[in-house]
Amino acid sequence: MAGYILKRLLSAIPVMLGITVIVFLIMAMIPGDPATAILGSYATPENVEKLNRDLGLDKPLVQRYFIWLGNMLTGDFGRSFSLNRPVLDEIAERFSATLILAGTAFVLCSILGILAGAISAARQYSLADKAITFVVLIGISVPSFFLGMMMILLFAVNLRWLPVSGMYAIYGGGDLPDLIAHLAMPALALAAVATGVIARLSRSAMLEVLRQDYIRTARAKGVPERRVVYGHALRAAMVSVIPVLGIQAGFVLSGAVYIEMVFQWPGVGRMLVDAILKRDILLVQGGVVFVSACYVLFNIAVDVAQSLLDPRIRT
Amino acid sequence: MDIWNWTRRGALAASAAALLAGAATLGAAPAIAQTPPGVLIVGQIAEPKSLDPAAVTAVNDFRILVNLYEGLVQYSPGTLEVAPALATDWTISDDGTVYTFTLRDGVTFHDGTPFNAEAVKFNFDRMLDESHPFHDTGPFPLAFFFSAVETVEAVDELTVKFTLSEPYAPFLSNLAYPTGLIVSPSAVEASGADFGRAPVGTGPFKFAEWRSNEAVVIERNPDYWGDPAGTEAVVFRPITDANTRVAEMLAGGIDLMVEVPPVALSQFQGDDFTLAEQAGPHLWFLILNAKEGPFADKRVRQAANYAINKEALVNDVLEGTAEVAAGPTPPAFAWAHDEELEPYPYDPEKAKELLAEAGAEGATLTFYVTEGGSGMLDPVPMGTAIQADLAAVGFDVKIETYEWNTFLGEVNPGLEGKADMAEMAWMTNDPDTLPFLALRTDAWPDEGGFNSGYYSNPEVDALLEKARVSTDQAERADLYRQMQRIVQDDAPWVFVANWKQNAVTSSRVENFALEPSFLLMLKDVAKN
Repeated sequence: MAGYILKRLLSAIPVMLGITVIVFLIMAMIPGDPATAILGSYATPENVEKLNRDLGLDKPLVQRYFIWLGNMLTGDFGRSFSLNRPVLDEIAERFSATLILAGTAFVLCSILGILAGAISAARQYSLADKAITFVVLIGISVPSFFLGMMMILLFAVNLRWLPVSGMYAIYGGGDLPDLIAHLAMPALALAAVATGVIARLSRSAMLEVLRQDYIRTARAKGVPERRVVYGHALRAAMVSVIPVLGIQAGFVLSGAVYIEMVFQWPGVGRMLVDAILKRDILLVQGGVVFVSACYVLFNIAVDVAQSLLDPRIRT
Repeated sequence: MDIWNWTRRGALAASAAALLAGAATLGAAPAIAQTPPGVLIVGQIAEPKSLDPAAVTAVNDFRILVNLYEGLVQYSPGTLEVAPALATDWTISDDGTVYTFTLRDGVTFHDGTPFNAEAVKFNFDRMLDESHPFHDTGPFPLAFFFSAVETVEAVDELTVKFTLSEPYAPFLSNLAYPTGLIVSPSAVEASGADFGRAPVGTGPFKFAEWRSNEAVVIERNPDYWGDPAGTEAVVFRPITDANTRVAEMLAGGIDLMVEVPPVALSQFQGDDFTLAEQAGPHLWFLILNAKEGPFADKRVRQAANYAINKEALVNDVLEGTAEVAAGPTPPAFAWAHDEELEPYPYDPEKAKELLAEAGAEGATLTFYVTEGGSGMLDPVPMGTAIQADLAAVGFDVKIETYEWNTFLGEVNPGLEGKADMAEMAWMTNDPDTLPFLALRTDAWPDEGGFNSGYYSNPEVDALLEKARVSTDQAERADLYRQMQRIVQDDAPWVFVANWKQNAVTSSRVENFALEPSFLLMLKDVAKN
C-alpha cells in the first residue's frame, strides 16, 4: 500500500511541473500587462515600461519562469501587485474560506443527494419519488449563480432572514452562529447541482441493487423492508456512488468561483477572478498552482480510498 | 410507513438539517440587525490595493485615502478649484517655476509626530528621488504628476519651497489630487513596505483596522486640527459584484453605496433612500482615426457627430446617469469650460449631406468596443446603439469587442491600420491633462502620448503649450476656451457624454454630498 501511495505521489510531480509551465505561459500570453492595468488611462508606453521594470517584468520569459519556480520551491510565492502583500498570505487566508464553503456544500450534497436517491428508489414511481425527481431536476438545471441571486432576493432582501453577503457580520459578529447565517445560502446554492447529480446516481444504483437476488432472499426470510433498503441495499449501492462523490467534490470546488462572486465570499475563487482582471500575474500563478496541487492530492486520496475498497484497482 | 420516520439514520440526518436551519435563523438575528448609529458603512466596488496614497491609482482606493490624509491643497467643496488644506497660503514666482507654501501650524500626524516642512520634503523625495532610502516602498505609478519638480526645500519649520524645471500650470491641481496626500515620515520609516497596510496621515479619521476582503475601518481622529468628524467610524466594505451591492443596500447591510448601476436606480426611489448625483471631470468619447480612411476628412468626422443620437444614449442606455457632452472639456471644470459651446445636435439629414459632399456614403468602418473598464459606463450597449445610428446614415460599421486591458493594448499604440474608431473615457483632475495627452501633435502614440487618432492642428498645439506654462488662471481659461471651439469644429472625436457619478444613502445618513472630483469626503457626514 505504501508503495502504491508513493508511486502515485511521484507521478504527481510531472503533473505539477506541467501545470506551472501552462499557467506561466498563459499569463505571459494573455494580452495586457500589470502595468497597463495599474496605470489605466495613464498607461503611456514610457510609464508602462518604467513600472514593468519596477515590478521586475522586463526580464526574459525563461529567466522569469525559473526565478518564479525557484522561489516557489523555497516557499516564496512572491508579492501580489494588486493587493500589495505576500501571495502566500493571501492564498492561505482565502483558501480556508473556500474550504469552509466547499466543505459544507460537499457534506450537504452528499447527505441530501444519497438520501433523496435512496427514498426515490425505495418507493419508485410513488408521489415522493416524483416530487424528489422534480426538485432534483430543478437543482441540476438551474445555474447556481442564478439560484444564488434568487435566494438573496427572497431570504435577504424581502424576508430579511439572512445576511446578503460576506462571511461575517461587520459589527457584532465573528462567532459560529454568525458564520452559519452567512454560510447557509451560498452553501445551499453551491450544493444544489451536485445534490441533483448524486441523487440521480444513487437512485439508479439503488434500483439496480434492489433487483438483485440477495435482496429477494432477504425479503423472503422476513427481514423488515426498512432494513432491506437502508441496511443491505444502500450499503451495496454506495460502492458505485463513492467515486462520483470524488468527482463532485472537484465540481463543488470549481463551482465555488461563481458562488463566491454572487455572495462575495472571501474565497480563493473570487481572488482568482479579481487577480485575472487586474493582471496580477504572481497571484494568479500562485493561486492556480496551489488549487491544482490540492486537486491532485485529493484525486490521489480518492484513488487510494477506492483501492482500499477494491484491491483489483491497485495494479 | 411515514416518509419522515423510516430509519434512525434518516431521523439523525433530518435533525441535523433542522439544527443547521435553526442555527441559521438564530444567527440571522444579530447578523442582519440594523447597522449601529454613528458608524457609516460604505459599499465599495473593490478591495483597496494599498492605503499608501503615493502607491495607488484607483478612485476606489482614493475614496478611503482622502478621509485619512490631507494634502497641501485640496479641491474646495463642490468645485475643482484649488483651496488651502495643510498649506494655508502659497506664492508663485513670476516665471512660474518656484512655489513657496506656508504650512498650517500645530498639525500632528495620527502617530503624534509633528507635520512640518521636513515631512513635506520627505513625501516628495520618497516618490521622486530614486536614491531616497524609502523609495523602495513603491512603485509609485503616478509619480510623473510631479515630474516637473526639481527640488523640495524645507526653508524653515513651516515653509516649504518647490522648484520646478519648467513652468507647469497643473502643478497645484496635481497637489490636490490624492497622489499629493501627505503621509507620516516616521510611520513610513517604521513600517517600510507595509506602510500601505498601516497608514498614518493627518486627516479627520485615523486608521483602525483592515480585515482582508471584508472591511477597512477608520475612526474619528480626536486630535484633528479642524472640526471633528461627524461619525465615530466609517467602514469600507469591498463588494465587487454590482447586483450584490444593490442587494446589500436594499437589505440595509450598507448605508452608502457608490456607482449604482443605471438599471438599479429605479429600486432606490421612495423615502428610504436618497440618491445623490454629481457631474464629474469625465468625458466619454469616440476616437476617430484622422490619419487614414473616411475619418481623414473633417466633414465625415462632423457627420459622425451629427449622426449619433447622444440624447438617446444618455437617457435610454445610461438611464440619465450622464449628460450630453459638448467639446473636449467637461463642464465640471467650470472655470475653464466654454459655456457657449453647444453639443452637436442629432441631425441625420445634415450628416447625410456632409457624407455626400465628402463622397463617403456607404463607407465601411471598424469600431473597437470594450467590454468594460474604468469610466467606460455601459460600453457594449453604447457601442451597438452607436453602430445603429451610424448605419442609419449609410455607414457599414463592424464592431470588434475586447476585454479592457487588451483593449487598451490595442488602442493606446494608435488605430493606424487597425480601426477607424474606438470607444474611450477619461477622468482627469485638470483641464490640461486630457487635451495635452490626447490631442496634441506631439502626443501621437509614437511620441508616447494618447493621441491614438492622430489628430493634428498646430493652433491647438500652440494654445495647449501656452496654457500649460501660464500661471494666471484667467489667461489659462481663455486659452482652453479657444482650444475647445477649434477642437469641437475639427471633430477629432465624437463627443458623447459626461458621466454623473451617483451614490445612494439610506435615510439614516445626513449631510452627504458627492464632489465633482469623484472623491468621497465623509468628514461632515452624520448617521443616526
